Amino acid sequence: MSEITPDLVRHLGVLARIQLSDQEVERLTGQLDVIVDNIAKVSEVATPDVPATSHPIALQNVFRPDVAGGQLTPAQVLQNAPDAADGRFRVTAILGEEQ
Amino acid sequence: MTDLTQLSAAALADKLAAREVSSVEATQAHLDRIAAVDADIHAFLHVSDHALEVAADIDRRRASGEELSPVAGVPLAIKDVLVTTDMPSTSGSKILEGYLSPYDATVVARARAAGLVPLGKTNMDEFAMGSSTEHSAYGPTRNPWDLERIPGGSGGGSAAAVAAFEAPLALGSDTGGSIRQPAHVTGTVGLKPTYGAVSRYGAIALASSLDQVGPVTRTVLDSGLLHDVIGGHDPHDSTSLSHAWPSFAAAAREGATGAVLKGLKVGVIRELPDSGFQQGVSESFRAALATMEAQGAEIVEISAPHFEYGVAAYYLILPAEASSNLAKFDSVRFGMRVDVPGGTVEDVMARTRDAGFGEEVKRRIILGTYALSAGYYDAYYGSAQKVRTLIQRDFADAFAQVDVIATPSAPTTAFKLGEKIDDPLQMYLNDVTTIPANLAGVPGISIPSGLAAEDGLPVGIQFLAPAYEDARLYRVGAALEALLVDSWGGPLLDRAPVLGANGGAR
Repeated sequence: MSEITPDLVRHLGVLARIQLSDQEVERLTGQLDVIVDNIAKVSEVATPDVPATSHPIALQNVFRPDVAGGQLTPAQVLQNAPDAADGRFRVTAILGEEQ
Repeated sequence: MTDLTQLSAAALADKLAAREVSSVEATQAHLDRIAAVDADIHAFLHVSDHALEVAADIDRRRASGEELSPVAGVPLAIKDVLVTTDMPSTSGSKILEGYLSPYDATVVARARAAGLVPLGKTNMDEFAMGSSTEHSAYGPTRNPWDLERIPGGSGGGSAAAVAAFEAPLALGSDTGGSIRQPAHVTGTVGLKPTYGAVSRYGAIALASSLDQVGPVTRTVLDSGLLHDVIGGHDPHDSTSLSHAWPSFAAAAREGATGAVLKGLKVGVIRELPDSGFQQGVSESFRAALATMEAQGAEIVEISAPHFEYGVAAYYLILPAEASSNLAKFDSVRFGMRVDVPGGTVEDVMARTRDAGFGEEVKRRIILGTYALSAGYYDAYYGSAQKVRTLIQRDFADAFAQVDVIATPSAPTTAFKLGEKIDDPLQMYLNDVTTIPANLAGVPGISIPSGLAAEDGLPVGIQFLAPAYEDARLYRVGAALEALLVDSWGGPLLDRAPVLGANGGAR
């Protein structure tokens, strides 16, 4: 059995910036437990002598000439913003009252 | 006049070039078809309101004697994961409802430059997470062969659109089988190119080290024609390969002669026994192999001992990369924002992401966040990356012995809508045969091999080739396709039920 608990799932929700409801936490706990039990088998063959692959076809030092190009206008950048003012994105308070 | 929607893209392109039909006529025929059948199929999330203008422009240019690409004027459906400036791009998610990109994905820009006519955006599992399109925030797509069944996923919309003759060509994306598995269940053709062969710029990222854009069509030649348009190096994608690719349409035409099968070594994987597949799927697979053997191909048993760890590695790597890629949906710069009176920006973000993401997306983000957590990283993500190496080695060993590997494209035919929706693990196992190609970066194609005896539903055969050998898949796929279509007396889709009984044609 894995060690997926409701508290862990709630904590992962905080890390992932998703405010999970209690119902979601309960459902995810059961589902993730089954999934993690199954996928944990990767460790059976991942012995220390095997190098890791991060990328299927390795490329190195992909550079381009340092020339500006393809910029978006400020209007384009803001066209999908939920809220904007004075050419900037507008958000609610960054800090809560107790901070 | 022939029904223009029934033509292959290649045949339609020939008629356009010969000025037997106009692009406006071809585009109108497909828009009419969409109007007639898409209420039942729901392949499209958005239908372009200016496709006819685009088509008229192609017609004008052709009339003025301008040299056009071989496919100019042919309609195209675009998976909603690819951003477009003139149509919304949602990736099947509520969090991006109405999003209008300020730029086109490179593949879309190349399609427009080649004169393809975008018809609309196709439905998909939210952020391409799924094997059935049931995870679309806008409701599922239905399989044209049986409206109670799934069209595959994540690109069920693109596959259903070509299977239902709503478009001759479509673009898809394949992270673990999202082009090939929908092709399998809808009796169509889908190819995942070598990783880096087609630009990912403007494809809303799911798992960046696995995602690859590719063609979705009814014939192998049509896939080659579309691949020729979208492929090649793109400086906007730093994983794009600067490789001199041959013409894939030419490879398909060459393959159709069948000469490629003589002496071709086809690997069959010992660790994927027939017992792991629905009986009708393995029977269709074996029959297709026998057809190839009769033309001089040699069937060789090979071993790929680490493929059985592929699904496990995939469901660690994908959620890890997805949890990172989807962090950008933060309610600040684009997408949904939920109002939280008196809340801080973090409260708004957390509530927005809970409301805007669907169940499967949240499941994978949480799983990915777990796999990347301190203390678990080595055991999970690190181990999964090692499995990637082992699977690459399995491929290298196999391709030292054989030219291509063949597998059934998926374990079963199309299952019923709702059948696996509450069992995520069972849903994940749909991708057992397609995932290894994404983990290793090699190309794969699925073409129809026939119908399963027990349910009369389409089955696909998958071929895999070494990285950079995409043309080999077109040759082999076209060779088998020609033999099978000949033996059936016509394309497999001729046997699909008539759609649009409420007024549509065919």
